[in-house]
Amino acid sequence: MITFDGVTKRYADGTVAVDDLSLEVPDGAITVFVGPSGCGKTTSLRMINRMIDPTEGRVLLDGKDVTTVDPATLRRGIGYVIQQAGLFPHRRIVDNIATVPFLLGWDKKKARDRAMELLERVGLDPKMARRYPYQLSGGQQQRVGVARALAADPPVLLMDEPFSAVDPIVRASLQEELLRLQSELHKTIVFVTHDIDEAVKLGDTVAVLRVGGKLAQVAAPADLLSDPADDFVREFLGRDRGIRRLGFVPAKNLALDPAPEGVTPEGHGTFNPARDSLRAALDAALLSPDGLAVAVDDDGRVLGVVGQAALVGAARG
Amino acid sequence: MDEPLVRWDWIARNWDNGGPTSVKVLLENHIVMAFVPVIAGLLIAIPLGLACARYRWLYQPTVGIMNVVYSLPSLALFSILLSVTGLTQTTVIIPLTLFSLAVLIPAVVDGMRSVPDHVRQSAVAMGFQPMRRLTRVELPIAVPVVLAGLRVAAVSSISLVSVGALIGQGGLGYLFIDGWQRQFYTPIVVGIVLVVALALVADLVIIAAQRLLTPWARRRA
Amino acid sequence: MNWLIEFFGSAEYWSGDDAIPLRLLQHLEYSFLAFAIAALIAIPLGLLIGHTGRGAVIVVVSANAARALPTLGLLVLVVLLIGVGTLWPVLIPLIALAIPPILVNTYEGIRGADPDLRDAAYGMGLRGSQVLFRALLPVALPLILLGLRLSAITVVATATVAAYVGLGGLGRYIIDGLATKNYAEVFGGAVLVVLLALAVQTGFTLLNRVIVSPGVRQVR
Ligand SMILES: Nc1ncnc2c1ncn2[C@@H]1O[C@H](COP(=O)(O)OP(=O)(O)OP(=O)(O)O)[C@@H](O)[C@H]1O
Ligand SMILES: [Mg+2]
Repeated sequence: MITFDGVTKRYADGTVAVDDLSLEVPDGAITVFVGPSGCGKTTSLRMINRMIDPTEGRVLLDGKDVTTVDPATLRRGIGYVIQQAGLFPHRRIVDNIATVPFLLGWDKKKARDRAMELLERVGLDPKMARRYPYQLSGGQQQRVGVARALAADPPVLLMDEPFSAVDPIVRASLQEELLRLQSELHKTIVFVTHDIDEAVKLGDTVAVLRVGGKLAQVAAPADLLSDPADDFVREFLGRDRGIRRLGFVPAKNLALDPAPEGVTPEGHGTFNPARDSLRAALDAALLSPDGLAVAVDDDGRVLGVVGQAALVGAARG
Repeated sequence: MDEPLVRWDWIARNWDNGGPTSVKVLLENHIVMAFVPVIAGLLIAIPLGLACARYRWLYQPTVGIMNVVYSLPSLALFSILLSVTGLTQTTVIIPLTLFSLAVLIPAVVDGMRSVPDHVRQSAVAMGFQPMRRLTRVELPIAVPVVLAGLRVAAVSSISLVSVGALIGQGGLGYLFIDGWQRQFYTPIVVGIVLVVALALVADLVIIAAQRLLTPWARRRA
Repeated sequence: MNWLIEFFGSAEYWSGDDAIPLRLLQHLEYSFLAFAIAALIAIPLGLLIGHTGRGAVIVVVSANAARALPTLGLLVLVVLLIGVGTLWPVLIPLIALAIPPILVNTYEGIRGADPDLRDAAYGMGLRGSQVLFRALLPVALPLILLGLRLSAITVVATATVAAYVGLGGLGRYIIDGLATKNYAEVFGGAVLVVLLALAVQTGFTLLNRVIVSPGVRQVR
């Protein structure tokens, strides 16, 4: 567990980047720091691996003040992914991934094998192993960055806007990939972004910071969307907060009507009550000419229908 | 050795003794022979460098030639030119112009390459004509790199002029020959100090010019 | 052309004190010693100030001032001071000349490395010297090699001046030829110097191929 205990960071020029931050980052989950530019997200993150030391307060990793640990040793046990990947241009991809294992003195073969395994894990072709970073696209480099951070199997992963330099489609696939990896690995991840959609998509917990480095709210994404703590958070979450909140409400409790004669999945929007959210169901209804969302099961059999009025009622809770 | 490194009275007597080898005259000659090549070099290097930046096939051969020029011993060039242009300042100025080119052409090319592509593209998109784009957008951005080259060219030129003394046209370099032949430190030390001082002044002037020309690039160095 | 045939065809230049191979070796000796000593001083210093950022302004400004030191003046001064018993009179001016390009390029190469690379390297737990040698140095290598090359070529071309105070090397042909108005000899000497410089140049190009990672070479 990572604990911020009354942490303040004041830079030499007097800028207060983080102001009296107290926060617990739970193990095995993704905690997202989100907020407008300059609100101190990066500074907070970098105080965990001692790239920056706090001016006041303490950052604890498993109960131990990080400033009592040698920085290099500390960092070798914490994965770190940054926006531009920061790969070593002079090393092949496989050796880039194996950087920390090499540092830790692993046997060469073992380190390379591990790197190859991770290459596949993050969804890259093993053929890429022998390439140099300049031969990869931005999205591929970012995947290598993630693989490199995971190489020595650190329990903690710090990610600073890792996906913000790639286009939206690649970003979405990288996000999916991260969630899939996390479901297997259960790392303690601190993820920084300024994109609220990314925050609610990835975070088990979301911490919203405001400019001046003050914590505005910490909550699970659904709670954040339904109960913003103040005007700043409400503003930051944006206007379609209501709709987005539905993404966190499961559709399984919807009361289904029997499907009228002749209603088929073709020509209607469909959703799967066992898996999808209320948002998907509402979307399906809006897409259907007659306003009916068709519920289907895993095999595509029609289970029933639900109308717009019933959906809006359910959304009201 | 009881001869002191510097005899101040020698300086007082020879600073301006009316003759052709008074320190003041040598200094003036030195300045002419050092700066004419740098200015001529800059005037030639800008169009040539721009051409090399625009037509890539020109670049490799030009750099190849400049690399050869750079490796020519100045003394050899002076000596060979002596048979053509005689004992004039031109004999020193021509080779030094070539050396300046060897430094300045790559500097201009690098400078033009330092213009980020998106800046060039957006200048095109905003409708800058090529000539205006060059003078208003590209050259100003290239200035720091070109001036860095100019500093090296100017300082080297000032130092190299003195080699010309071996063929009888070396500005302050005469003091080295004089001191050597008479086994007398003072002129040598005076020569070295003046050459270095001249170079420092030139360097500072270029740095000041750079600050004036590129206020946006003031670095926290 | 005639000059070349006259010079290289003359038996006078193939044996005895004035033999081309002998002069070439002397020239190589001065140049190499001066260059090696300069590199041993300038590379570590450049790495240090580039990495720590300490003393950078002073070092870079004085490096530029050192470029201004007139080789001829320094040469005659050192000879007058310590005599010609050793090689130092040639070495000192040449070292002064050779240091600035190496020092400045090494410094700029390290300092100019991508800040993200530096950040990532520290973030993964590399220590200061590991960041320098494993991440920054390989990336700065092309620029450092360029500085070494410029320095080596300047030294080869300038070592000719040594002949003025009675030392050997290829400059002998130029100085002696000048004294006797034998332009074939001057020209021949110059050609030898240029050939030597071109050989040095080729050597550096090859070295670049061998020691610079393809991943870095491509980016530049
Ligand atoms: N080294 C520094 N010296 C002085 N001020 C700094 C320094 N680094 C950051 N700051 C200031 O501290 C504040 C917080 O910076 P930080 O980088 O943590 O913001 P951020 O939330 O990560 O922003 P972004 O989303 O733009 O990356 C900003 O006002 C920034 O200007
Ligand atoms: Mg940031």
